[in-house]
Amino acid sequence: MTQTIATGAGTTPHRNRTTHPARPGAAQRWTRRAPLLPALIFAIVVTQIPFLVTLYLSTLDWNALRPGRRVFVGLANYGQVLTDARLRAALLNTVVLTAGSVIASVLLGLGLAILLDRKFPGRGVVRTLLITPFLVMPMAAALLWKHAIYNPAYGLINGIVGGSTDWVSQYPMLSVVTTLVWQWTPFMMLIILAGLQGQSLETLEAARVDGAGPWQTFTRITLPYLRPYLELGALLGSIYLVQTFDAVFTITQGGPGTATTNLPYEIYLTTFRKFEYGEAAAAGVVVVIGTIVVATFALRVISSLFRMEDAR
Amino acid sequence: MTSAQREQANDRSAVRAARPGRTRRSARGAAWAVVAWIAGLLFFLPVLWMVLTGFKREVDAASNPPSWVFTPVLDGYRQVFDRDITPYLLNSLMASVLSTLLVLLLATPAAYALSIRPVAKWRDVLFFFISTKMLPAVAALLPIYLLVKELGMLDNIWTMVILYTSMNLPLAVWMMRSFLLEVPSALIEAAAMDGASLTVTIRRILLPIVAPGLAATALICFIFSWNEFFFAVNLTATRAGTSPIFLVGFITSEGLFLARLCAAATIVSLPVVLAGWIAQKQLVRGLSMGAVK
Repeated sequence: MTQTIATGAGTTPHRNRTTHPARPGAAQRWTRRAPLLPALIFAIVVTQIPFLVTLYLSTLDWNALRPGRRVFVGLANYGQVLTDARLRAALLNTVVLTAGSVIASVLLGLGLAILLDRKFPGRGVVRTLLITPFLVMPMAAALLWKHAIYNPAYGLINGIVGGSTDWVSQYPMLSVVTTLVWQWTPFMMLIILAGLQGQSLETLEAARVDGAGPWQTFTRITLPYLRPYLELGALLGSIYLVQTFDAVFTITQGGPGTATTNLPYEIYLTTFRKFEYGEAAAAGVVVVIGTIVVATFALRVISSLFRMEDAR
Repeated sequence: MTSAQREQANDRSAVRAARPGRTRRSARGAAWAVVAWIAGLLFFLPVLWMVLTGFKREVDAASNPPSWVFTPVLDGYRQVFDRDITPYLLNSLMASVLSTLLVLLLATPAAYALSIRPVAKWRDVLFFFISTKMLPAVAALLPIYLLVKELGMLDNIWTMVILYTSMNLPLAVWMMRSFLLEVPSALIEAAAMDGASLTVTIRRILLPIVAPGLAATALICFIFSWNEFFFAVNLTATRAGTSPIFLVGFITSEGLFLARLCAAATIVSLPVVLAGWIAQKQLVRGLSMGAVK
């Protein structure tokens, strides 16, 4: 970036000798790029090439169970995918699952962060207890909830409240979402708590002196101040939760019917249960396009959140 | 959080205590403390239940109503090791540690070229990295599977190392950049004035300052690789299977399995739980990719 020269020109002697301080020479540009290249090339090779291959595969009629038949069918797979009721259901389930988990965990995380913002005996211990669910392996958490907590015969919930409700088959989506919320609330709490503790004490005092009650102070001052932290938590949470696979795979296997089949699980089924490679690839491309649309918006949010300081 | 902010946070309760109506306030404070404790215990309860169940006999684990008092036994743990969990743990360790090292080796120079001596289009590069994180892994699964199969690399731990590296690289680049930006530019300029070479500058000035950042980045990369399941279940089997794969294998067996399952779940979760407990401070910054300090 040209700023480097502008700010550093007076202090670095050898740079003063260049005739065009605002435009580093080709050699210098390459020495600057050199440290970046390994990571950049690695990322391009490992993440972009598979997508090009997906694009190619999506034009083939290729079922791995029918060997030898790989016919070019153009956009036929896309027609299939876009009119497929299963995929539409999966899309809807993905939205419900992601939005439900993100909203619930942000709200719970906000509540917990407010509780932990004040000093009390054992605050450090409570904080440690609260972050633990996030650290448990997601696959372990999913198995734990399915077998040790939701199980109708010997699960913890029925053991405490009584009855013999089969939680997973009666409330499949709620069961998955609850497990995810349990894991992701600590994440939201940590981010919001960091925000709360950075809040200026003077502003809060000024509000109190001006006669604002606690609720007014919270809604008029704290909440607007926390907004970037809430957005950041929601955004990062969505990036991870939209790809939820472990919980669906373990707790409901996408069922009953397609009640909890989200896009990752549906594409997984198409690939490794039905072996419809062409269709799976087309579904993948559709998901990527959808992601790009959402991500364009998300990236704008990120760039405002991270207050992209100009590099030196 | 800066140190000034931290002091402010600590002062806050002092200010509150100095306010009038102190006894009423402290009673309310005690009530909130109780609420916070209940919330903490409630969130921890499933973990506690997992650990307890791991020490039960299978019959006790499947009892209704649940038994809270019991004689702890190690049957569950013994069975987990009889079923040979060790190679799976070693696979997880190898994939996580190697990919974390590789990520740091790639991301740190890249972050340097995006912060201290930035390339011309550093902003675009930064967003390219984060955009790869947003692309759903499921869309890349099929080509990766076919490619890996073609190369004869299915069920190979190095495949997982490469995939986990690409999975964590964007996070690490963003995190390391945020840490490098904190190095005062005056310090780097002073070093250049004194005629320090690049390697000396890196070793004597940059590394000591960003060492905590490297540790935080390593922790986050380790956690995400250790816990990864989607690629592991589709690309590995018995030879390169990682610990979540071992867990899934447990539930297909006949009969009672809850105590064994909880014992295994406790074992595979332990490394990350301990690391996260110890490094709570770094966790926040790492999880927000360096945005929240």
